[in-house]
Amino acid sequence: MPAGPSPPGPSVAEPVSIALLYPELLGTYGDGGNAAVLAQRLNWRGIPAEVVDVHAGEAIPRDCQIYVMGGGEDAPQALAAHELRASSVLVDAVGGGAAVLAVCAGLQVLGHRFAGEDGKAHDGVGLLDCETHRDDGPRRVGEVVVTPDPSLDLPDLTGYENHGGVTTLGPTAVPLGRVAVGHGNAGGDDTEGIVNGRVVGTYLHGPVLARNPALADHLLSSVLGPLASLDDEEIEALRKERLHAARHPHMHMPQLTSGWRRLLRGS
Amino acid sequence: MLPVDLPLRTRVAAMAGRAIADASRWVGAGEGSVIGGRVTLAIDQRALELMAAGHQSVVISGTNGKTTTNRLLAAALASRGPVSTNSAGANLIPGLVSSLFRGRAGAAVALEVDEGHLAEAVAAVHPTAVVLLNLSRDQLDRFGEVRRHAADWRLALAASPDTVVVANADDPLVAWAAGACDPSANGNRCGATYVGTGQRWRADASACPNCGSRIRWTDTRHERGGAYWACSSCILTRPRPDAWLEGSDLVLADGRRLPIKLQLPGRVNVSNAAMAVAGAMALGVDPGRAVRAMSRVRAVAGRYQVLNVSGARVRLLLAKNPAGWAEALDLIKPPPTPVVVGINAGVADGRDPSWLWDVPFDRLRGRRVVATGERGRDLAVRLRYADVPHTYEADYRKAVALAAGQAGSRQPDIDLVANYTSFQDARRALTSGAKRG
Repeated sequence: MPAGPSPPGPSVAEPVSIALLYPELLGTYGDGGNAAVLAQRLNWRGIPAEVVDVHAGEAIPRDCQIYVMGGGEDAPQALAAHELRASSVLVDAVGGGAAVLAVCAGLQVLGHRFAGEDGKAHDGVGLLDCETHRDDGPRRVGEVVVTPDPSLDLPDLTGYENHGGVTTLGPTAVPLGRVAVGHGNAGGDDTEGIVNGRVVGTYLHGPVLARNPALADHLLSSVLGPLASLDDEEIEALRKERLHAARHPHMHMPQLTSGWRRLLRGS
Repeated sequence: MLPVDLPLRTRVAAMAGRAIADASRWVGAGEGSVIGGRVTLAIDQRALELMAAGHQSVVISGTNGKTTTNRLLAAALASRGPVSTNSAGANLIPGLVSSLFRGRAGAAVALEVDEGHLAEAVAAVHPTAVVLLNLSRDQLDRFGEVRRHAADWRLALAASPDTVVVANADDPLVAWAAGACDPSANGNRCGATYVGTGQRWRADASACPNCGSRIRWTDTRHERGGAYWACSSCILTRPRPDAWLEGSDLVLADGRRLPIKLQLPGRVNVSNAAMAVAGAMALGVDPGRAVRAMSRVRAVAGRYQVLNVSGARVRLLLAKNPAGWAEALDLIKPPPTPVVVGINAGVADGRDPSWLWDVPFDRLRGRRVVATGERGRDLAVRLRYADVPHTYEADYRKAVALAAGQAGSRQPDIDLVANYTSFQDARRALTSGAKRG
């Protein structure tokens, strides 16, 4: 990996800590990978970084630079919200300059309120100005392309959504972006995700930071300052493939194409 | 032939389905079991129920190990008489129907069923026994949530009180689903048989399926084949197994000890065999006889098969989801044996391969890995972040050649691990012109 110029940040002895909150509750969709991506992108730059798994029932460490939460099923999601609301650590850490990435169920938990298993409303953490309810429609499932909010200065985002929730943004909320393909927040507009300073919520799995290194570096820079660039050629090849697949789904139907292959070969 | 006591409509439906299946095979359009079953069901919706009626039957379900367990269990049943089974893995309702086309009177029936369709299958087949292996996340984009399967299973089994339930005691979701009568009865259902398999995958059972609180595991308290677990708030606990594994010995509650010796590799298959023995016992097969019959099974629908590809000995392994991959990474030969990993994200695989990040691919460090399959680029990025040296190559034969070239010997061993449709693609690509090793 290219070792860029030493960026500003914490002293060499003190690794950057990335807390992965409740992987056993909010780990259904591989979103724990986001923490691994953040840590590895620092390590590649010669900045020591570590991932701290925080399990339900354990105290959340106060001094991490980034907190990461993923998607999960209904019952574990309610449990995670209960755990988070039991202490003010996450809210205090954000007040002290920490960044948060919250995906899917994680996004919903950080809002004011979200609907649980039976449609019953649960209180959220309130770090994001949004609330989530359910509708009778089918789950929103599939590839997504997001044009990020211009204030973020990011390239198009690629990801995969899979949720039954409908998230409506409050008056102070800034969306992460607008969907070019897919559903996103699905609250009657074309917004996807929500940003409040260093707190970023999104419905995108993939994991989102594996597919969007620029968003990973955006989060890292928001707490560490400017960072050296990395060789992301292999990741760019994946991005190109995924963005194309989302925009031209008929050309990327593996079942169909392998069926045709078989038919043409006559085997 | 089909028994003559079937209603005429059902016999006509089965004959039509069988003719279509044969025709489909003849023109080379595949096994024909799905289309044949569909035709039969279109003529007689109750075909599955009527064709299964009067047969001793066992239905096997779970996220991982269905096909292998079904194959082992069918081998045990075949040691005493004819068996109808869906050994090729067609495990939705039409596939079950077509596996009964050739059913002889008196044949035992062994069916693997997709975990999302178990309730439907139990309601139709009224099986003598059900074998419940495990539940972990798989194809989330298609079926929604793992807990919903457990709840559906539980309801279906409660509605089929004569069915003997054989369940894995070390999977809380499965144990709860099997405790169909009342969780306050210590999780034990009237008539349920629990097997201590020592299953290690816990990531999908952190919240109690009964009340939503945390499940706690006590690794220091290991009894009857597995670690004790209990809900931190309600009464759901690990049921006391009626049969359990000690090493590769299956121990029965009456003290009998049966060494399980398989030709299939890995700890996971010993667990599958333990479940299969318990299933066979529920149908009255002597467990010693069952174990002997299972020891002769060599490959299961192409899995564990070794192919000779241009001099390289390529072993094919299937892994479909994080729990299955964790097992597969235990099975592969130690470094520096090169590994080819194939990933697709077709409908049958689940369209979202995010789960790649829940697989401990860092365990592949120290060897060369070739990433292939329709989603090989997702895998390549995953391997990059795991610091595993790798190459991306879309074509299966070229991927194997690349791995062979890196092995540094003339007849290298290569392990190829792939998920569901990638496995099929790889097998098809590599068997054209390959010799069986």
